[in-house]
Amino acid sequence: MQVLIDNFGQIVDGFVKTLWLLLFSGVIAAFLGTFLVALRVSPVALMRGAGTSYINVVRNTPLLLILFLFRDAFPKLGFNYSIDNYFNFFFVAATVGLGLYAAAFVCEALRSGINSIPVGQAEAARAIGMTFSQTMAQIILPQAFRASIPPLVSTYIALAKNTSVALAIGVTEATFIMKKLTNDNAGDRWWIFVGFAGGYILIVWVIATIGTLLERRGARAG
Amino acid sequence: MSSLLFDVPGPKARARHRIYTVITLVVIALLVAIVVRKLSAEGVLTSTVFNDTFTNSNVTYLFEGLVGTLKAAGVAILGALVLGMILATARLSDHAVVRIPARVLIELFRAIPLVLLMIFLFFTFRSVVGPFGAVVTALILYNGAVLAEVFRAGINAVQQGQSDAAYGIGMRKGQVMRLILMPQAVRFMLPAIISQCVIVLKDTSLGYVVVYGELVRHGRQVALFVSDGTILVYTTIALVFIIINYSLSKLAEFVERRLAARGSGAEVTKVSQVNVGDSQA
Repeated sequence: MQVLIDNFGQIVDGFVKTLWLLLFSGVIAAFLGTFLVALRVSPVALMRGAGTSYINVVRNTPLLLILFLFRDAFPKLGFNYSIDNYFNFFFVAATVGLGLYAAAFVCEALRSGINSIPVGQAEAARAIGMTFSQTMAQIILPQAFRASIPPLVSTYIALAKNTSVALAIGVTEATFIMKKLTNDNAGDRWWIFVGFAGGYILIVWVIATIGTLLERRGARAG
Repeated sequence: MSSLLFDVPGPKARARHRIYTVITLVVIALLVAIVVRKLSAEGVLTSTVFNDTFTNSNVTYLFEGLVGTLKAAGVAILGALVLGMILATARLSDHAVVRIPARVLIELFRAIPLVLLMIFLFFTFRSVVGPFGAVVTALILYNGAVLAEVFRAGINAVQQGQSDAAYGIGMRKGQVMRLILMPQAVRFMLPAIISQCVIVLKDTSLGYVVVYGELVRHGRQVALFVSDGTILVYTTIALVFIIINYSLSKLAEFVERRLAARGSGAEVTKVSQVNVGDSQA
């Protein structure tokens, strides 16, 4: 227990970095995922093919391997960016890798939302003379977004847990700190585990709660 | 074909789609060209690099890594199936003393990052478990919790009449579960279980953090050793994973279609939706 109190500042720093990772990679995943789902439902076969290929490649590759590509291989091709000492190269590499990985799952979550709408909805909208953009904006997308919330919440929970993989490429996020403390404090390993597990459970709980609130709001609007 | 988002295209729309196709082609060609130029500028696309990278000893080492991956994944999936069945049975128990702890365990292991669990097990029980034990135990705990929810959904998907009839002819609770519910539930769950194998295979790579010798660890060692072939090694490993996992996904889809054709489609869908979130770890 004492070890958690003594190193409280370090632990908080670790979780703050975890949250930064989650935020940045989450935004990348949201934008790229939306773009990918547009490709996947497009009427042009080649676009669908491109979207599907991305999904199949990324979803079947271990996240760690993607992070190693960014850490070891891409710097040789000139991908070697950092913002400052805090958001250093390792952080940028991890963020981009996590974002590209999660985008595939965001895309599938959105697609499952679109697929859940009965075709009759669109047909009825077209039948009363709505244009394509009206059908999209007023009929399809509001329903699709609402149906996507549960899988999207799962995706972001998975992303929050996956930020821990970034420790393998040297990002000093929560699990990195946990490993260090576990190594240095042999007698308190259970406490360290409980403390850090609690931190992650809290993050997961917050995301799940946001999801529930969004769903409830959606239900009222509908 | 009319779809949800688009009406049947007319001549104008078809012409527009042709233009879009051309634009997409140009964009893809550009991307490929940029990548190829970059790679050849760095001189990593030569046969010398290829030969230096895939020497006999390197290939053997990578192959040993693949064996390590498959071994851990195989043991983990078997263990997870057993643990999942136990947790699901406990979770469905009539006694709160059994039901509530099972539920807590399931929620707990699903919320903790696998890496955290592996590091904890490895350092705390190092003398007992070793790297292999830490990896496999963590995978079993996490995937067992996920599969428990799949099992539960599978058992719940069996029509009520089945267990009613079984109780009606005088079977006991254990018999109903073992002889009536489980055999049918497993069929509904088969696609979800196969999909879970993909996740286990990918997650064995996290054994990297506890120095377990699997494909990604061995791959990184080779990749850093050969320096010019780094990208080549990583691409090869990615391909191996993609081929295995893509085949497994296709197998899951095939089984799902077969079951749907036999009239179990609704139940399979119900079960498959359960682990939608956990298929991303």
